[in-house]
Amino acid sequence: MNDKVGLRRDGFNRRDVLKTAGASLAAAALPSASAFAQGPVQLTLWSWLPNFRDQVDLFEAAHPNIKVNLVNAGQGGDEYTKLRAALKAGSGLPDVCHIEFQLVRSFEQLKALADIGPQANAHKDEFAAWAWNQVSDGDRVYAMPWDSGPIAILYRNDVFEQHNLAAPKTWAEFAEQAIKLHQAAPDVFLTDATFSDGGWTTSLLWQAGWRPFEVDGDTIRIQVNGDVAKTFAAYWQKLLDAKAIEAKPGFVTEWYTSLDEGRYATWITAGWGPVFLTSFAKKSSGKWRAAPIPQWDATKVASANWGGSTLAVLAASQHPKEAAELAVWLTVDPKATELYTTKQFLFPTRKAILDSPGFGDKPFDFYGGQAVNKVFAESAKAVDPSFQWSPFQDYVNQTMGDELGAAAAGKRTLAAAFDSLQDTFVQYAKDQGFTVKT
Amino acid sequence: MANVNPASGPAAVTARGSAASSRPPARRRRRRRAAIVPYLFLSPFLLLFAAFLVAPLVYAFYTSVFRDTLVGGRHFVAFGNYFRVATDANFWAGIANLLVFGVTQVPIMLALALALGIVLDRGEVHARGLFRLGFFIPYAVPSVVAALIWGYIYGPAFGPFTQLAKGLGLPPPDFLSDRAMLFSLANIVTWEFTGYNMVIYYAALKAIPSDLREAASVDGANSWQYALLIQLPLLWPAILLTIIFSINGTLQLFNEPYQMRSIAPEVIGTHYTPNIYAYFLAAANQQYNYAAAVSFVLGFVIAAIAGGFTLATNRRGGTSG
Repeated sequence: MNDKVGLRRDGFNRRDVLKTAGASLAAAALPSASAFAQGPVQLTLWSWLPNFRDQVDLFEAAHPNIKVNLVNAGQGGDEYTKLRAALKAGSGLPDVCHIEFQLVRSFEQLKALADIGPQANAHKDEFAAWAWNQVSDGDRVYAMPWDSGPIAILYRNDVFEQHNLAAPKTWAEFAEQAIKLHQAAPDVFLTDATFSDGGWTTSLLWQAGWRPFEVDGDTIRIQVNGDVAKTFAAYWQKLLDAKAIEAKPGFVTEWYTSLDEGRYATWITAGWGPVFLTSFAKKSSGKWRAAPIPQWDATKVASANWGGSTLAVLAASQHPKEAAELAVWLTVDPKATELYTTKQFLFPTRKAILDSPGFGDKPFDFYGGQAVNKVFAESAKAVDPSFQWSPFQDYVNQTMGDELGAAAAGKRTLAAAFDSLQDTFVQYAKDQGFTVKT
Repeated sequence: MANVNPASGPAAVTARGSAASSRPPARRRRRRRAAIVPYLFLSPFLLLFAAFLVAPLVYAFYTSVFRDTLVGGRHFVAFGNYFRVATDANFWAGIANLLVFGVTQVPIMLALALALGIVLDRGEVHARGLFRLGFFIPYAVPSVVAALIWGYIYGPAFGPFTQLAKGLGLPPPDFLSDRAMLFSLANIVTWEFTGYNMVIYYAALKAIPSDLREAASVDGANSWQYALLIQLPLLWPAILLTIIFSINGTLQLFNEPYQMRSIAPEVIGTHYTPNIYAYFLAAANQQYNYAAAVSFVLGFVIAAIAGGFTLATNRRGGTSG
């Protein structure tokens, strides 16, 4: 999860910096009544998004009475570790913080996040429904949706043509093709199932209808190894046993090379994937295509999300009003949000951009001229909004990755690993003081 | 791995103190004033020692007698966390891993370092400085870079050994399997720290007066006899020091397995070594109290093993410095 955003460093050039710097200078020259009256409010914003200063400058230009101190406190887990330390210490906290969707519920559990409902609810309908569901609880809003990762597949057109394969519409077809491809070319695998990545596995389970956690106050219902998980485990177990796919870790050198060399013919990925792939698969440029995520039931199209983040206001902020304005503005302002897709290549959650031709119809040479964003934007519409994260998600991700990764490597069956996860999570939730139902 | 032996600080203080008390009583008053002076000189060290070692230890111990939960907050549990560590299979499996690791890796690394030190000391090697630096360089390579290098070398699909094996039509070796991983890690640690230990031995060898060599050769000793019967016994204090460092470093192993975890997470789980366990307990599980207790128990285990080793070698009449 952690490597992705940091590597999307393209689209940065000096002219843009000068352009925005010029804009903020011009704004500073204009006299502002409110600034003279009370002096500017200082806000601290933690984010690991590269070149985020571009958008922050736009915000400052539009809000002369607010100054933003932008800090990169590390990416993903590194930032959360610092955030938790600051919460424990009760000092050194930012006002607004970059938090992935999956962790919002966990920080809410620590009562760390402010309810920004009054400022945010007016924008509810501007966002994809599933994204809004993940950051809100009724009228209470704990974070602003920012970028996302609706799932789909990227595949090697050259390998597919060579072996007479077509992009699989269902998981059943996917399995047939995996076995067919492996029989024809033992050194090529249809995909690498990165079970050691809890986030990746969760997105596929989410699509299959897995709903492992339901939280109601201090009561939690945990159902990790139900029917959906068992079907899912049996499906992948068959492919693993046939050695038709690999289950090695992703985002490491061997994995990058395997995709670029055509050793893996598809990558089951998310909205941020297409641009990320271009950053390392230099040799295979032009040979890739995108296709929708295969379905369990072709008559009921379902999708899910992998990755993506939010901007949350900390409950301890001394300037809750201005902090909420910062979080809301940075995620709804048309110009700022368009910049994310053109400069930082974030996959949007704002419907206006998801549906815009500039985003969806943009052809990519790397994908043989295909408008790949459209595939992922269609996926975004089918993301099931009913999925809930646990209130201790970093633990869940870590443990899932460990257990399922070890099982996929052959230590036990995936089904046995799901059973063990169920027991582990129940024990952990009890240790953490929850009343557990199964 | 091993850095500075913290025990050398307090030991030095005691040595001075006992020397002072043996002075004649007539000079007691001046002595008392003089007794303050060493502490003034030591104060920069003592202040930092208190701020960055004693205070965090006290805080960690304080943390370890509570239990914070997501629901219900903080309870005092006295030694409850410690009792849990005592029966925690994950913790003891990590210790067992490291004992296997240490018993194989430490002797190999130290023997290699000793051999290199003696050969370099002998003066028959050309470009000695270059070799010394070359052996020492791995110690200076950042662990992230080292992980990339070894990740490539061990790579099961595109690594050089895999390609070589494929070229020869042999089955490729799996350096990252369950069984091979400890040895693959031992290989990395040996690569990293042999040069470091070699430098310690080399310095100790340089301190041996050259007339001993002349005397030995006059007595007809060959270079093997000189190395085994003269140099080795004189090096014993340095060897003891490096063994203690290595025990300490081995049981605290973290960096190397943590880096290899990115390419073999299915082998290196969240409790592969006790320090990795403590890290994940705190960073991912939010079980700070339990992580603190695990760290303390690990400290006791290290102290027990290192202390036991020192006692055993002293009793055998080893000439400890």
